[in-house]
Amino acid sequence: MAVPKRRMSRSNTRSRRSQWKTSAVATQPCPQCKSPKLPHAACGVCGTYNGRQVVEV
Amino acid sequence: MPKPTRGARLGGSPAHERLMLANLATSLFKHGKITTTEAKAKRVRPLAERMVTFAKRGDLHARRQVATVVRDKDVAYQLFAEIAPRFTNRPGGYTRIVKVGPRKGDNAPMAVIELVEELAEAPAPKRSARPAAAKTETAAALAPEEPAAEAAVEDTDADESKSE
Ligand SMILES: [Zn+2]
Repeated sequence: MAVPKRRMSRSNTRSRRSQWKTSAVATQPCPQCKSPKLPHAACGVCGTYNGRQVVEV
Repeated sequence: MPKPTRGARLGGSPAHERLMLANLATSLFKHGKITTTEAKAKRVRPLAERMVTFAKRGDLHARRQVATVVRDKDVAYQLFAEIAPRFTNRPGGYTRIVKVGPRKGDNAPMAVIELVEELAEAPAPKRSARPAAAKTETAAALAPEEPAAEAAVEDTDADESKSE
């Protein structure tokens, strides 16, 4: 089985990890209350999806 | 080769999976609407719809087949007596899954699965008492937001009470 011959330096590890990035969650304005909500999911503020009350608020 | 089941495997063993799906289906028929994870909702949907199809057929063989999944006799009776008649004109698609965002604690994506034709009797007394309480709640919750949000909430409440 192939295994690394040398331990990777701290610098190389950190250079690789410098490309780890977080991205903001994509949201859409709720058609009912205009607050940002996850696409294809019920709104967490007013609890509606597709004009229907899904969750009690 | 048999076609694999769609969706995630649940639990630790096939027996555990069968039990969880049976319990989810039973709860769905008991309450009409349950909140669970997206994976479980997607797995229970075909099972629940098959049970409704059996209930629509309504003969003894269908009852015995439903009884292998829905072990609660009261729920099974309700399924045949009250739920099935509501779906006589609907050729499948008896349930609706709506995603409701990730859960606090483990961030699991959650969903609400409900029977499409709602029970007329259960939410009626609650709804008459709710709007006043809900309005004050949303007003408090949305105080920093623009007033358009609150107006929209009230609109949806009005629409719902109108449709019933
Ligand atoms: Zn909203």
